[in-house]
Amino acid sequence: MTLSGYIDYVILPILGLSLLLTFVRLFKGPNIVDRVIALDLLITVGVSVITVYSISTQESTFIDVGMILALIAFLGTIAFSYYLEKRGRK
Amino acid sequence: MTDIIIGILCTLGALTILIAAVGILRMPDFYLRLSVTVKAATLGGGLLLSAAAVYFTDEVSVTTKALAIIFFLILTGPVAAHLIGRTAYVIGTEQWKGTIRDDLTGMYHKDSTEPGSGENAEENGGHEVPPAS
Repeated sequence: MTLSGYIDYVILPILGLSLLLTFVRLFKGPNIVDRVIALDLLITVGVSVITVYSISTQESTFIDVGMILALIAFLGTIAFSYYLEKRGRK
Repeated sequence: MTDIIIGILCTLGALTILIAAVGILRMPDFYLRLSVTVKAATLGGGLLLSAAAVYFTDEVSVTTKALAIIFFLILTGPVAAHLIGRTAYVIGTEQWKGTIRDDLTGMYHKDSTEPGSGENAEENGGHEVPPAS
């Protein structure tokens, strides 16, 4: 089994299953902070998917997209926590 | 040989991310979810990115980029987790009923986000309270 086939048929389904489980928490999450960390985990798994896909297709350009996405995940979480704290208790 | 190393790194990373996803779905309250998720996701993403760094060894710029993303993930993950955890405590997210200890009880006033504004702030603060004589 080649490395590309292994990634396509084993690694990517595992990551897709993780994305599905995280989506369940994103829709269910009783509090808004649960949704925020679910979104954060979603983007982190997205960076991993992009990385693995760039190995599978041998296109190193995709790594740049992962870098930007990791930056946006951090800024999004910081912005969410800042404004939620400003809003105060419900 | 390189393929075997990449395969092992990818497998470990994917399994760690799967554990993080199961953890965020199954843990009983927000703080446990946060504690399970952030570390496992950072480790899994780091392993997958190091697999990419090993795979693209003939292009030094790509390896550098992958290592930079790993550094960035390790740097920003705990900061974001700390901030969102503090916000969750301040806005009053409920805790699991099995929680046995909360060091911040009474440290925050009901309508304030400043630490030390609660009525128990004195005796729960870091300094020793002199015994009443």
